[in-house]
Amino acid sequence: MAAINRDDVAHLARLAHIEMSAEELDRMAIELAVIVDSVKSVSEAAGDDVPATSHPIPLTNVFREDVVGHTFTAEQALSGAPDAFENRFKVPAILDED
Amino acid sequence: MTELKNELIRHSAADLAAKLAAREVSAVEVTQAHLDRIADVDGQVNAFLHVNSEEALAVAAEVDAARAAGGAAAEELHALAGVPIAVKDLIVTIGQPTTAGSKILEGWHSPYDATVVKKLRAAKMPILGKTNLDEFAMGSSTEHSAYGPTRNPWDLDRIPGGSGGGSAAAVAAFEAPLALGTDTGGSIRQPGAVTGTVGMKPTYGAVSRYGAIAMASSLDQIGPVSRTVLDSALLQEVIGGHDPFDSTSLTDPFNNLVAAARVGNVAGMKIGIIKELHGEGYQGGVENRFNESLQLLKDAGAEIVEVSCPNLKYALGAYYLIMPSEVSSNLAKFDGVRFGMRVLPKDGPMTIERVMGATRAAGFGDEVKRRIILGTYALSAGYYDAYYGSAQKVRTLIQRDFDAAFAKADVLISPTAPTTAFKLGEKLDDPLAMYLNDVATIPANLAGIPGLSLPGGLADEDGLPVGIQLLAPAREDARLYRVGAVLESILEEKWGGPMLAQAPDLKNAVLDAASTTAGGSN
Repeated sequence: MAAINRDDVAHLARLAHIEMSAEELDRMAIELAVIVDSVKSVSEAAGDDVPATSHPIPLTNVFREDVVGHTFTAEQALSGAPDAFENRFKVPAILDED
Repeated sequence: MTELKNELIRHSAADLAAKLAAREVSAVEVTQAHLDRIADVDGQVNAFLHVNSEEALAVAAEVDAARAAGGAAAEELHALAGVPIAVKDLIVTIGQPTTAGSKILEGWHSPYDATVVKKLRAAKMPILGKTNLDEFAMGSSTEHSAYGPTRNPWDLDRIPGGSGGGSAAAVAAFEAPLALGTDTGGSIRQPGAVTGTVGMKPTYGAVSRYGAIAMASSLDQIGPVSRTVLDSALLQEVIGGHDPFDSTSLTDPFNNLVAAARVGNVAGMKIGIIKELHGEGYQGGVENRFNESLQLLKDAGAEIVEVSCPNLKYALGAYYLIMPSEVSSNLAKFDGVRFGMRVLPKDGPMTIERVMGATRAAGFGDEVKRRIILGTYALSAGYYDAYYGSAQKVRTLIQRDFDAAFAKADVLISPTAPTTAFKLGEKLDDPLAMYLNDVATIPANLAGIPGLSLPGGLADEDGLPVGIQLLAPAREDARLYRVGAVLESILEEKWGGPMLAQAPDLKNAVLDAASTTAGGSN
């Protein structure tokens, strides 16, 4: 597996929506390279015949009756929002208009 | 006759419950004694991010009124009614802020209660406040809290463990008899070990996760923090049980925990030493206390066997792929739109994407950013199979190792953490060294099995607490309370009282620290 470099970190930070300064990218690239190196043995641990475990105690068909239960009022749902307008979350432009 | 307040705070939850039921003390007195203790010592310990005095005293007064009224009102009270508790600030509460130790949630109030909090309210347990933690529970020292580190009551220059250092330190410093924690890779058990307290991670699904701000959903588990094994069993019976609001919640009853803590013997039980979880890499004093506990259990009639779990060597690596992958997904919701902080970019176009980038840059600390980036990497196209897929297979191998080990032993035993509490700042710049603190606790989360940490004595070289970890098969939480209570009672007999009786008095510790400041160390 390829080592993680500064360009990778810059790309990943964009995907994860975290702005990073040049200094932060440099430092993060070094730290992540060490961490990635320490976990790489995991890829050689198990063969193709080993099934994956996504959940430690699997449960199947966890359903409930299709009836209306507790719901938040619009006021409750918006109570922690940084900005709201007429019972809706208010956000800056979704599309870049220029 | 009222006991002195400084005596009241030293009682176990079980003793307080008995005194309350006998009306020797009032719930208001008990709650006020703990609030006074918080006022006295939390300036040094920093275990609490928020103190909930008014509501706690009001709940205590309700309990006292019900007892005074007698009849049905008194009979309906839960056994722990009036026994106060602290709640880790990762668990949401109506009426108090919930920060998750992060700037991004500063000042945020949840519009709903976590299921465990609803259960505390139903039992009329006064909630003293919210305890400090590493940001979003990511860390082993509480140094990653945006609100400053918590300090270890045994030595204020040392870490109280993490992420639940606040809950463990609050209980160790007698600021609360009980607390709630969350454990994703050891965040209940490792703080328990280094503060000389008891911490229990129940079987995955035994306690509802609804209202615990998710870090890694397939690993997270809420559980009890206390000073005695019996107290943890009492608390798990309050907070446990099936919850339709959590689709991973188990329907098993788990109602035999308190009884198990009172069985009082381990004769004929097989206790397995995990070959891979002691020896090399473990501090000498930790190893000595561990071996001493083994001998004591043997003397008490248990059979000690050795088991091997060879795939545990991959556990830390698998954990640091699975956990960040789930983190990167779970923390995507902190986007400056629905709750918490919003930061606008300093210049350039004001689009939502750029607002998210600026908000998350300002709101998250370094460790959270590291894990989000690592998780985004592990899940990205081309790496998914090699990283996330392989780690999930390792999870299967570790479960199989535990299945084989539990065919030979009823419970497994290891040190909880490889070292005693280290100094604040010592590992802050070395993420990998920090991650190694959880090497013995992570396997239980990967496998979904329960784990209990209890005090095992003080290390010879530094006089600091050592934790002993017990592990049982999934759904067998009761075995841990049974063996844990026996080991605790044998050790306390040997010490002539609880281990925390040997902890330095906090006020003296402060004076000592002040008097040695000139010398530069203590």
